[in-house]
Amino acid sequence: MFSESRTTHPGGKSSVKTYREALNEALRQEMRRDPTVIVLGEEVSGGAGCPGERDAYGGVFGVTKGLLPEFGAERVLDTPISESAIVGAAAGAANNGLRPVAELMFFDFIGVCFDQIFNQAAKFRYMFGGKSRTPMVLRATVGAGFRAGAQHSNMLHPIVTHIPGLKVVLPATPYDAKGLLIQAIRDEDPVIFLEHKLLYDLKGEVPDEPYAIPFGEAAFHREGDDVTIVAISAMLHKALAAADELAKEGISCDLIDPRTTSPLDEEAILESVEVTGRLVVVDEGNPRCGLAADIAALVAERAFHALRAPVRTVTAPHTPVPFAPELEDAYIPSVEKIVAAVREVLEA
Amino acid sequence: MNYAPDFLLRAYRTMRTIRAFEERCVVEFEKGNIPGFVHVSAGQEAVAVAACIDLDDKDVIASTHRGHGHCIAKGCDVVGMMKEIMGRATGLCKGKGGSMHIADIDKGMLGANAIVGGGPPLANGAALAAKTLKTGRIALSFGGDGSANQGTVLEALNFAVVFRLPHVFVFENNGYAEGTAASYAIGAESLTERNRAFGLPAECVDGIDFFATYEVMKRAIDRARRGEGPSAIEALCVRFDGHYIGDPQRYRAKGEVERARAEQDCLKRFRERVTAEGWLEEEALDRIDAEVAALIDRAVEEALAAPRPDPATDLLSDVYHSY
Repeated sequence: MFSESRTTHPGGKSSVKTYREALNEALRQEMRRDPTVIVLGEEVSGGAGCPGERDAYGGVFGVTKGLLPEFGAERVLDTPISESAIVGAAAGAANNGLRPVAELMFFDFIGVCFDQIFNQAAKFRYMFGGKSRTPMVLRATVGAGFRAGAQHSNMLHPIVTHIPGLKVVLPATPYDAKGLLIQAIRDEDPVIFLEHKLLYDLKGEVPDEPYAIPFGEAAFHREGDDVTIVAISAMLHKALAAADELAKEGISCDLIDPRTTSPLDEEAILESVEVTGRLVVVDEGNPRCGLAADIAALVAERAFHALRAPVRTVTAPHTPVPFAPELEDAYIPSVEKIVAAVREVLEA
Repeated sequence: MNYAPDFLLRAYRTMRTIRAFEERCVVEFEKGNIPGFVHVSAGQEAVAVAACIDLDDKDVIASTHRGHGHCIAKGCDVVGMMKEIMGRATGLCKGKGGSMHIADIDKGMLGANAIVGGGPPLANGAALAAKTLKTGRIALSFGGDGSANQGTVLEALNFAVVFRLPHVFVFENNGYAEGTAASYAIGAESLTERNRAFGLPAECVDGIDFFATYEVMKRAIDRARRGEGPSAIEALCVRFDGHYIGDPQRYRAKGEVERARAEQDCLKRFRERVTAEGWLEEEALDRIDAEVAALIDRAVEEALAAPRPDPATDLLSDVYHSY
């Protein structure tokens, strides 16, 4: 599933790291640099109050492992299972001198704490006439493919992308994971940072030094003239496989990962469509009012004159994420579906 | 307890300012000078002032939809507040917040909150920052009896106990959650007993009595400052007006409001006590009444003359720090 990305790296020493290790390194380096950065969430270390070991989990997927031993329980807080209290504490603390990185385990859990995200943290600055700062990060895992069923597998990035006041980040590579998380921690606005659970073991070259990737700057993973493909999060890797397969037939794709859905690098998409005249948007989210529809609308509004074929979207269907492996595999957009969509826009 | 005269004068002035502000809001709303809907807190002044009088600008409060009194007690500028409530560009929040979202970060006022139960989790955050950064500050959240039944508040109570946060939870029990009786909606025999079950010191106090309320608040605030963790205070009080301005209040007993205004007025009680004890003279209190009346007149006058926001520049600004 996973192909090598072509993102260029800054200078300095680098090494091969997993997406998980890249995220851990970003947290560790930022916590060393800035004593106001704290981490809180359910089992971000694990074992609190238990007779056995501390740091038993280091987060549900091990991203925060080792932070408790290095930074102590004052900066790495294992919380009760109380998502509203977690998000509220992060938002309130961010307005009072800390830079909290809160973890929601699974982004599906926004259902029990959405008020604190969208009515509180997201709106503070506007409601308070620009006086408040809420430099918090809310990390969470998204995505299907883990056989985790309907309540642990959603994407839901469109729901938060819809909310003014939030920034929304979905890294697809280890390099982006580190650089975008560092930017998220240093950012002055509330950032929703969504990690795809199938990507944690993905390896890639990652600089050892800290670096920040600005939000709203898309990454170009393949360059081509025939079709523009926009894909985000884990879908980038499906799109890479599709583009490489099509390249064998001489079809060249411009493959864009926006990396952040808010802000969205609209210019990168529009400029590419101006050249190719054809657009396929791939997104693991559900189709209605989703990212793919949003990008299709953007292009219809601002680059209609350049289009030589109808825009095609490849998304999950309008269903919850199913459990049975056959059903879940059919739910997630596949390389075959992307290839078919590209052929269709070329034939139109 | 001994009270210094300037403390008493300050307490009275703040309570009177809240009363006059709220009464004037009703007048200006009925004249059509205030857009939207407004919830006033006349009758509950003693709780707001008793809770905030020992706090400074670095301490943080989180308030409610009925938050004007909390704002004034925390030191927010009354003129800026009136401008905000009238939606003016020079209001405390540039006219973008309004009555239900009024805030002043510089004064440690983390916002009124139009979501019942929205504030306590946020105040936990302020308390967590104080504890982590060892600033010695504390946080205090207000909520009504209605908020006591919100999951966010129950989560926040437990969270504050687990992390021993310097957070005073104040429940203003005015007997009504909008138009539903507190005794109906709180399943437990006693809210204070239920609060205590979370594992923190919980007290119930007569919120009409400024002095009793102040002593309970002081104990809780001192405890928080000493690093001994959160407390919960239920202050029994009376709402002189409806849930919102214009509420016909058919759910209240006949004569109830009139009786409350006559017999359960925290300002009258305060005056009776301080003059009976010989702590203050009537003249000093009357002088404050006159000064406050002039201040509120000026606030309304300035607010009515203040510029309105300009959609061309103000609609799109202040969403993000940078985007």
